[in-house]
Amino acid sequence: MSAASASSARNGLILNRIVIYGLLLFFALVYLIPLFVMLVTSFKTMDEIQSGNMLALPKDPTVEPWLKAWGETCVGLTCAGIKGYFWNSAKMVVPAVLISTILGALNGYVLTKWRFRGHKLVFGLMLFACFIPFQSVLLPMATVLGMLGRFGNDLREIFGTNFGFGNPTVNLVFVHVVYGLGFTTLFFRNYYEAFPTELIKAAQVDGASFFQIFRRILLPNSAPIFVVTVIYQFTNIWNDFLFASAYAGSGDVMPMTVALNNVVNTSTGVVEYNVNMAAAIIAALPTLLVYVVAGRYFVRGLMAGAVKG
Amino acid sequence: MTISTMPDRVSASANSSRRSVSLRERLQDMLPKLVLAPSFAAVIVFVYGFILWTIYLSFTNSRTFPNYTLTDARAYQRLWRWTFESDPPSSWYTSITNLGIFGVLYIGICLALGLLLAILLDQKIRGEGMLRPIYLYPMALSFIVTGVAWKWFLDPGLGLEKTLHAWGWTSFHFDWIKNKDRVIYTVVIAGVWQASGFVMAMFLAGLRGIDGEIMKAAQMDGATTVQLYRRIVIPMLRPVFLSAFIVLAHMSIKSYDLVVALTSGGPGGSAWLPSNFMYEYTFKRNEMAVGSASAVIMLMTITAIIVPYLYSELKEKGR
Repeated sequence: MSAASASSARNGLILNRIVIYGLLLFFALVYLIPLFVMLVTSFKTMDEIQSGNMLALPKDPTVEPWLKAWGETCVGLTCAGIKGYFWNSAKMVVPAVLISTILGALNGYVLTKWRFRGHKLVFGLMLFACFIPFQSVLLPMATVLGMLGRFGNDLREIFGTNFGFGNPTVNLVFVHVVYGLGFTTLFFRNYYEAFPTELIKAAQVDGASFFQIFRRILLPNSAPIFVVTVIYQFTNIWNDFLFASAYAGSGDVMPMTVALNNVVNTSTGVVEYNVNMAAAIIAALPTLLVYVVAGRYFVRGLMAGAVKG
Repeated sequence: MTISTMPDRVSASANSSRRSVSLRERLQDMLPKLVLAPSFAAVIVFVYGFILWTIYLSFTNSRTFPNYTLTDARAYQRLWRWTFESDPPSSWYTSITNLGIFGVLYIGICLALGLLLAILLDQKIRGEGMLRPIYLYPMALSFIVTGVAWKWFLDPGLGLEKTLHAWGWTSFHFDWIKNKDRVIYTVVIAGVWQASGFVMAMFLAGLRGIDGEIMKAAQMDGATTVQLYRRIVIPMLRPVFLSAFIVLAHMSIKSYDLVVALTSGGPGGSAWLPSNFMYEYTFKRNEMAVGSASAVIMLMTITAIIVPYLYSELKEKGR
């Protein structure tokens, strides 16, 4: 090979690398811009937003919009910020994630290690439930929750408390557990499928009970799938809007997503973009934090939800 | 009667032991099913039972409140009529044509972009660990946050257009978000921004799973990089294409929040998808039967895509 062609080949290679890195960086910029714009906007004053460039860094950064979003901005008719709605979401997401994950673990355990006739059908029916458009159950659930609410009112008249019946947070926890079960069961089933059955057989011979085997043998080996499932459920439930707006769509019981949508879409008078952006970032913080801390598991969960069987 | 909680072999009386053994065993036999039963019952009632309930409602005259007197399929007849009512377009016609546009573009662009980014990232890139999370983080955001961000970015008076004008490109004009014929494309933009990184991650996992020997052999045979990818790599990624397609198709049919947050439905409902149609007709326009019928149609569409896929996946697993 002559020296000239070798050097032109090397030039081609370098050009190749430049194009590859150039494209990658260009797309990285495109993906980052919306978040960047939200961030800088949330630290600007309204004057600067109206006069300045959206990509410019704030001239004199202010945390006023953040404080206002958290504690003062109007959601509908109440002007007490989004903090209450943030806690509504937190109160809903923690029990919903825990219950659905524990049930999913037990279901996966039964469906792989204690198989019975028809286990495939049971799993198939639970799997398909992951994919239904929730619109096809939205209205019956609204009717049932309405009935529970009336039942709760009756209880309150008799006992002075409704025992949680008709409480919007309880309702949403229930809804998210029911419609999250398919996914959590799927995750644990696929994970336990690969777990050596011999170990369970040996433990059975030694007289270990159903729960003993689960607690002593499976649980200690389930940390990764627990992380994946908890992250998946947490992200989905925190970000849910459809159920939240259908079953807790107004008043001070709204979860964060619904409140954010109200802040942004029903502001009267001057629209305070900086406050809106701060509110949006606050709403996104929990899931973003999870993503930053445990990104690897986050991706794995999404994949597990995508690649079935 | 007491059930011995002691292990059987330690039990004192042989007689009571035998009885407790059988009881214990029966209980042990039942236990797994008892543990699974509540979840399974919940799925049967709240998924399948509720679907039947929705189907039932779609054959009634329900308006503001459920009405349980069966009528004929008039809700479907109305939807059928509206399907072809394009002048002026009915809300249903707008919704399903929007779903067509959104579905094709959203799935197509996400697949193309995801594959491109995955292939680029797979070229032994320095800083891959930095770039990958940047493409992926939008997936952690809710549709509402995504909608809020892009609503601002695409607003002609505030975002991109204003910025480019300030930079001197004054002829630049981009008001799709306020244009009833174009607004659905802004939903595509925001949707692609959110999901394409995830598709990239799926393809990247697929690429990393391909045997390096095959690539080497092809290169020895003198295949160029383009040939290598077109003839060997991309065909080998077929299963990933399929899974990604299923996920994206599923997401596009269920998309509801993005349209609400980004466009508030668009001028005159021009950005509606069937999911928005269902919500509006059921809860706001007091046309519960029509809303239910549209939900049934959405369910049938997803079923037609998902069931063959699940069936083949489960069958392969069983083999």
